[in-house]
This record gives sequence, structure tokens and C-alpha cells, in this order.
Amino acid sequence: MTDNQALVGEFFINGDVACAEGAISAGCRFFAGYPITPATEVAERMSLRLPQVDGTYIQMEDEIASICAVLGASWAGVKAMTSTSGPGFSLMTENIGLGVMLETPCVVVDIQRAGPSTGLPTLVGQQDMMQARWGSHGSYEIIALSPSSPQHMFDLTIEAFNLSEKYRVPVLIMSDEVVGHMSEKVVIPYVDPDSLVERRRPSVSPNEYLPYQASDNLVPPMAIAGEGYHFHVTGLTHDERGYPVMTADAQDKLIRRLVDKIRLNKNDIIKYREFQLEDADIVVCAYGITTRIAQFAVELARNDGIRAGLLQLITIWPFAEDRIKELSQQAKSFIVPEINAGQIVFEVERCAADRAKTVLVPCMGGSVHSPENILTAIRESVC
Amino acid sequence: MLITNTVVDDKSIEKYLRQDRLPHIWCPGCGIGPVMSCFLRAIDRAELDADSICVVSGIGCSGRVAGYVKLDSFHTTHGRPIPFASGLKLANPKLNVTVFSGDGDLVAIGGNHLIHAARRNLDMTVICVNNFNYGMTGGQVGPTAPFDARTTTTPYGNFESPFNLPYLLAASGASYVARWTVLHLRQLEKAIAEALLKPGFSFIEAIGPCPVVYGRMNKEPEGLDSLRYYQEKSVIRNGADPKDAGIELNGPIVVGKFVDVERPTLGECLSQVTVRAKQKSKTKTGT
Repeated sequence: MTDNQALVGEFFINGDVACAEGAISAGCRFFAGYPITPATEVAERMSLRLPQVDGTYIQMEDEIASICAVLGASWAGVKAMTSTSGPGFSLMTENIGLGVMLETPCVVVDIQRAGPSTGLPTLVGQQDMMQARWGSHGSYEIIALSPSSPQHMFDLTIEAFNLSEKYRVPVLIMSDEVVGHMSEKVVIPYVDPDSLVERRRPSVSPNEYLPYQASDNLVPPMAIAGEGYHFHVTGLTHDERGYPVMTADAQDKLIRRLVDKIRLNKNDIIKYREFQLEDADIVVCAYGITTRIAQFAVELARNDGIRAGLLQLITIWPFAEDRIKELSQQAKSFIVPEINAGQIVFEVERCAADRAKTVLVPCMGGSVHSPENILTAIRESVC
Repeated sequence: MLITNTVVDDKSIEKYLRQDRLPHIWCPGCGIGPVMSCFLRAIDRAELDADSICVVSGIGCSGRVAGYVKLDSFHTTHGRPIPFASGLKLANPKLNVTVFSGDGDLVAIGGNHLIHAARRNLDMTVICVNNFNYGMTGGQVGPTAPFDARTTTTPYGNFESPFNLPYLLAASGASYVARWTVLHLRQLEKAIAEALLKPGFSFIEAIGPCPVVYGRMNKEPEGLDSLRYYQEKSVIRNGADPKDAGIELNGPIVVGKFVDVERPTLGECLSQVTVRAKQKSKTKTGT
């Protein structure tokens, strides 16, 4: 390791540390956070690593301050991240909305634990998935990713920064306690800075610059503070100048663009992984840590001669609805195991409509599913 | 319209105003405009490069200042301009960051951020326009409203004690603390210029009238009534012990510069962290 450089090599590290290293490799140079189990190791790692690479780590007074400092840092032109878990994520949601409204690139990591309220601070949950989508008030679209291993944490953290810079939107990494705390081999490659996505900057003079004049892909070029653009941005509904306009027409124009910049680019954003889906008539649809148990259950089912397959959702929001609609043409049923009382299952059910049956395999949190849970649901779908 | 014309005719500040956003939304007799003018004049007085200045506001009447200044300006969420500004300053220490907001935004919902930024001695200037109430929502009681003051939510008089802001900020660790009213425009402008140049956390309380809501309910229905009160009851006491600067209804208002001390700023301390981190990483590699 030399100054201003990310780690390169093979390491045995946990998901939280891998996330921090992914952020450094992605060019993140600002982190603001607040201690919370099971996300604290992300912050601890950043406090060690950022000063080594001329970055800034700060522990704020709460999670609200943390997300706001991240937004401010991004407007100073620095890639910025925070990490938290359920209770902190709840506190951050208002200002994730500010990030959406100001179109501020940043990354928010949620190492999910079981809730509601204080719940099981040290034990796993996948219970903030709908909060990720709808947590802030108002109508908006957001990007959320779901890693299933420490290596995936590293890879998806880079992906999260790239997406946030490209689409000027907060990107959420919806991880969980098991992925965050499990240690596995993580291969950290040299990440060429030229391979990273950087926000588009204005190419016009300050006099001609309109902060929210969007170009072809609906994402406006972004000025940063201190460069003479003298721009104004506001959480109020605004026009292309960034000025508040309190009319239904201005609202319609702005919100349509904020929504469309994600929706119309969903094919560029959405990623998933498929396992033995070619001939599957039972599709297990899983995400995060649950994918790994689900895959084992699919293998067990295959051994029994059941044509089961796995769809791993890597991008949770925007939702991979086109692929699930396609699969619903071939599949008899979707099995959706998740560590909650039913969240993503409703999206799957919506996409499957009446073409295929959708079955939730719930787990209320504190542990992952057993493969038998999922296998039983697969078997019952066959009958 | 008189206020608007006066502002636009002031050549020294018009270059810093978004003329296409005027007239502003503030009521006749409101104290926020004069404080904003003092801030804009203070930029020249402090001989600062406008490109380096960021203004961050929260929500409320004073929160609208960010929208009128032709500087890099951020209108954020209620209570959160200080942490947003903290991120700006920490990520780019060359920026000169000012938070401009009101008493409700900074001291009630944002009170935790206020004291922690002061504790850290983060290099920024916070200008708090104190009009003793929530003006934008129609005049509800705020954390600085004097005991027994009438507001729309204390129709029988305020039954809580207010914060004494200079005392709070001095105790929290601010490097510079001053209070002036909008009657003291010269002193206010000078104080803001000093604060802009002062390393560390600077806090300026600017007391101003809110005739349309707070004033109407507290026997100051015109802006001039409040100015008369400031004239009669203000006591200039530079260097006074801030614990003696509490404000009672219709009582004296102690104004002046209360704190002006040298203390390592957060930025200076963070530079040391970077030096230490690099020394350590030379001797220990990998994880």
C-alpha cells in the first residue's frame, strides 16, 4: 500500500471492511457516520483508511447529521458515503430525500438487523427493503443494491458509487448483518481510476449555467461549490435555474424527470444473477444473504428431480420487473424467501400477476433461513 | 416596495444578490433583510473572494436567505444546515462557509448540531436571526421566546424558559460569539466580517423584529416599535459574561462581542490526523 492508493491483493476480511475498501477503491474520500451495530466496522475501517489516502473521516452527532454532511461533501466535489443500520437508516430517510431532490451523488450503506425499533441489534434482518424504496416522503425513484458476500460488498460498493455519479442520486447498499460480519476471501483488484464513473460537470460558463437543465439522459451536469458558478439549490420544488417555483406545473416537470431518469435507464441499472433457470418451472427469487441458502435449496431440489432455479436480485430498486414478468411465462411458481414478514414478495407477486403462484417463505429475523425451509416450499409448489 | 428598492439601489451589495429573485418574501418591518445586507457588506469588508463563499440555510423565513444571495448557496432541510455545511467545509477546507438561518431552525430542531459544531470548533460562521418565534408557520413559540411571551401556541404566555444563546454557544466551545440587534447595523456588519475571517466556529445572534406575528402579539405591531425597544433597552457590553445575557420579556438586551478566543480548529486537528496516519501506514502495510 502506498499513499493515496487502495489496497490490492487477497484478504480475509468481513463484509463491512470489504465495503470500506470498495469505497476507497471507488474514490470515496469522505465518510460521516455514527456508531451502530452491525455497521460500526465500516466506520472504524474508514476512520483508519481515509486519513491514509488524504480523505476525511468524521463521526457526527447522529445519523441525521451524518447523511447531511455526506450531502455537503458531495457538493464540495468529493465522493462521500455513510453507513448505518435500521434505526439510523430511519433517521436518514428525510435527508436521503434531500439528496434525491438536490440530485446529489452519494452512497448510503444499511447493514440490516432485525426490527422494528431496537429489535435484534446484533442479528440479521432484511427488513428495510421497502423503507429503502419508500422511506422518504414524496414521489421519487432510488437505486438500491443487495450484496450477498464480502466480495460482493466490495464489488457493489464500487458499482454504487458509479451509479450515484452517473445518475446523480443517492445509491443504497442494502446489506445485512451476516454479510457485514462474515469473513471470507476478498480479492481486491487494482481499480483504474479511469474506469470509475465521475459526475458530468458543466461545460458552459457560469453565466450560461442552469443547475437543473437536463441533457439527453435526463441527468444535469453538476457544478460544485467554490468554482465560481454561484449556483443555488433547494429542497423546494424548483425550475432549471434551481429557483423555487411553487406550482403544480413545476412540480410535474421536476418530479417526472427525477423519476424518469431512473425508470427510463432501468436496463442500464438493473443487475441480477441466474442459476439453473433455463428449464425451471419453480423460480426461487432471493437477494442478499438469503441467496446463498436459496441456491443450496435449489441444488437439493434438483437432486430430487425438481426443475427449480434461482433468480438473485442484485439491484433491488429499480425492480427487475421485466425479467420476472418473462419468467412468469415459464414458471409455475415463485418462491420468495426473505428475512422479514413479506416485503419484496409483493413486488414479485405484482409482476407474476395471475400467471404464476407466488409463495413467501418468511423468517422474522435473528437468523437466516434453513435450506429445509426453502426446500419444503419448493416441494409443496410441485404438488 | 420601499425595502426592495433600497436593497437594489445599494451598489455595494447588489452584485451579491439574485436580482431575478426579488422582491423577497419577507414581511414589511422584518429584520432578516437588514441582517442579510450586513452579511453581504461584510464580504467586501473582509475582502473575501465571493467564489469561495458558501451560504447554507435551513427552513424558515431566515432560511430563504440562501435563495437570494448570488453565491454558491444551499437551501437544505429543517434544522440541518450546520451538518450540511460541515460536510462542505470538511471536504473542501478552502471554502468559506456561512450558515444563515433562524432561531427555530438552528436552536430547536437543529440544536444538537449547533452545539456539536461549536464543540468541534469547525471553521464556519453561523448567523442566527433571532425573532423569538416561528415566523413562517405563523408565529409559534420558539426556544428563544422570552418567558411569558405571547405566541399563537402560547396564548396564555410562554411557560418555558428560553435559551440564552451567547451563554449556550460560549459553553459549547465557540471561538467567537457576538450578539447585536438590527438597530446596530454597523456593529453587526463589523462582527460578521470578523466572524468570516475568524478561524474556528463563530456564532452571531442577530435580533430582529417579526412585527406581523411575534410583534403583533407582544405590543410591537410595527417594525419601528421593535427598533424603539432595541434603542431603549439595548445595553452594549463587549466582553460581558455571556451568562448575564439572558433576555426577559421587555427586559434589557445585552449586546456586544462576548467571546473571541483562539483554539485549534477542527481542520487543524484533522491535518494532524492525516500526518499521523501516513507515518503509521509507512511502518505497517496491508490489513
